[in-house]
Amino acid sequence: MDFSNFLILRNEIFSVAVILFLLLFDLCAPAKFRKALHPIACLLLLAQIVFCCLPAESGTAFGGMYITTPISSAAKALMGMGTLLVFLFAKKWLDNEHEIAKGEFYYLTLNTLLGMYFMVSAGHFLMFFIGLELASIPLACMVAFDKKSDISAEAGAKYILNAAFAGGISLFGISLLYGACGTLYFADLPQALHATPLQIAGLIFFATGLFFKLSLVPYHSWTADVYQGAPTNVSAYLSVISKTAAAVSLFLIFVKVFGIMAESWRPVLYALAILSITIANLFAIKQKNIKRFLAYSSISQAGYVILGVVAASPHGLAGLFYYLFVYMFANIAAFGIASLVERQSGNAQISTYDGLYKTNPKLAVLMMFALFSLAGIPPFAGFFSKFFIFAAATQQGYYVLVLIALLNTIISLYYYLLIVKAMFINPNDNPLPAFKSDNGSRLAMCLCLAGIVLGGIAGCFYNYLSNLAIAW
Amino acid sequence: MEPVISMEAYLIVSSIMFFAGIYGFIIRKNLIATLISIELVITSTDINFAVFNRFLYPGQLEGMFFTLFSIGVSAAETAVAIAIIINIYRNLKNVDTRNLQKLKD
Repeated sequence: MDFSNFLILRNEIFSVAVILFLLLFDLCAPAKFRKALHPIACLLLLAQIVFCCLPAESGTAFGGMYITTPISSAAKALMGMGTLLVFLFAKKWLDNEHEIAKGEFYYLTLNTLLGMYFMVSAGHFLMFFIGLELASIPLACMVAFDKKSDISAEAGAKYILNAAFAGGISLFGISLLYGACGTLYFADLPQALHATPLQIAGLIFFATGLFFKLSLVPYHSWTADVYQGAPTNVSAYLSVISKTAAAVSLFLIFVKVFGIMAESWRPVLYALAILSITIANLFAIKQKNIKRFLAYSSISQAGYVILGVVAASPHGLAGLFYYLFVYMFANIAAFGIASLVERQSGNAQISTYDGLYKTNPKLAVLMMFALFSLAGIPPFAGFFSKFFIFAAATQQGYYVLVLIALLNTIISLYYYLLIVKAMFINPNDNPLPAFKSDNGSRLAMCLCLAGIVLGGIAGCFYNYLSNLAIAW
Repeated sequence: MEPVISMEAYLIVSSIMFFAGIYGFIIRKNLIATLISIELVITSTDINFAVFNRFLYPGQLEGMFFTLFSIGVSAAETAVAIAIIINIYRNLKNVDTRNLQKLKD
């Protein structure tokens, strides 16, 4: 028997090896070595990112059930980077509050990452479904990680029940597609699809699972509650990495498999993009809690990402990737600072940020950069990512959609500036006292700063992604 | 002679189960009942897969495999959901959704 085919799965195999190693290390290592758990986890994850970045040719394994392409490897590297940033921010929180359970955080996170790897390189709906569930079940454990806090438990219950429900509906859609087409291989499906009513119903039911993960507007009601209740670092993970996996697989599946039925799904995505951007923007304005605020902001950012799928061109794919890349740095920085401030002040109200600039200038400036990048102000990377994704949509003739998105950018600027105003202008008699953050968070913040500033000005990232997307 | 049940009869049963599951998920106030509704949705899908495979594509086993995997995955999901619900019970002393109202502004 020839096992060389297995090497095509090397990213996943490496990931499984890392998970098993960390599990055994956490179980067996003597107490004095347990301090090394965090550096080891970070280094192994770094090795994995490098491993994903190594040039690799496309290939399929298991009769087409698993497909790897340069673009899926790039997506894996991107998700790995986001996870590394979350790990760096999470160290202090784990040390302070979860001394015994901290190992679990690392391998639960890496398990969800493995699930997302399978999502982006699935070649069959079974593989995709298992990836989706592998990504959402451990995530529910992470959301409910603070066992003693009732809001964390409440958020965990809301997440797992909604995720299971969305997964069930998605599965029902897959069953209808199976009934209508007789095959579930991504390579064979396009020949069997003729946009019959049953196939359209199957597609819409199926897409529910992905829309839920992306938290687009009719599927968004869990988002704010879960982000608020979950530990802040887990919210960062949910808002960035989980959305990256869903957005990339949404593009790959909709364009590659359901490309023939584009007439059926394009209006749906068009409407979802407009609804997500507009409604989430309006809700974000009145939020008093920073985590709820960032949750609504991430819903509207997901709406912008959908523009790339609506465009359904190589430029759309490159724009979507670049958008996710830039969004990762800005959003993880915002959530990371929110977690640092929350740890110091004990609450997550936006009023805590009043006068932050006077006492913690560096933190306030980085938060401002991150929010400006999310809003899309030049010269920060967010401007360029919005530019490219709007350009991709305009190229395909979606002028009205781009106009609505542009108008919404202005609304979003208003609420992002509310936070900046709180930090720099609002008077406060006793602002949060100056504090020093730990080294891991500092390193993560430096990386995020580099990403926010250089990600846009240095053109190499977009060129690289655009070459990959055109090759795809 | 063995009575013949048509494919449509099976599909009607699975559709009723599916929508009953959705209805239950929306109106039930008990977390365990909500979880049971989700199981109803997933089980209806399993019936769909098996029936489509048996009647439409008898030469292959793709649908049967999907059923097996979905049963396994839904068991894992239920285990995690039950663990989280037990944790809620420890914190709040009941499992009623009306008491899960801490998360708001």
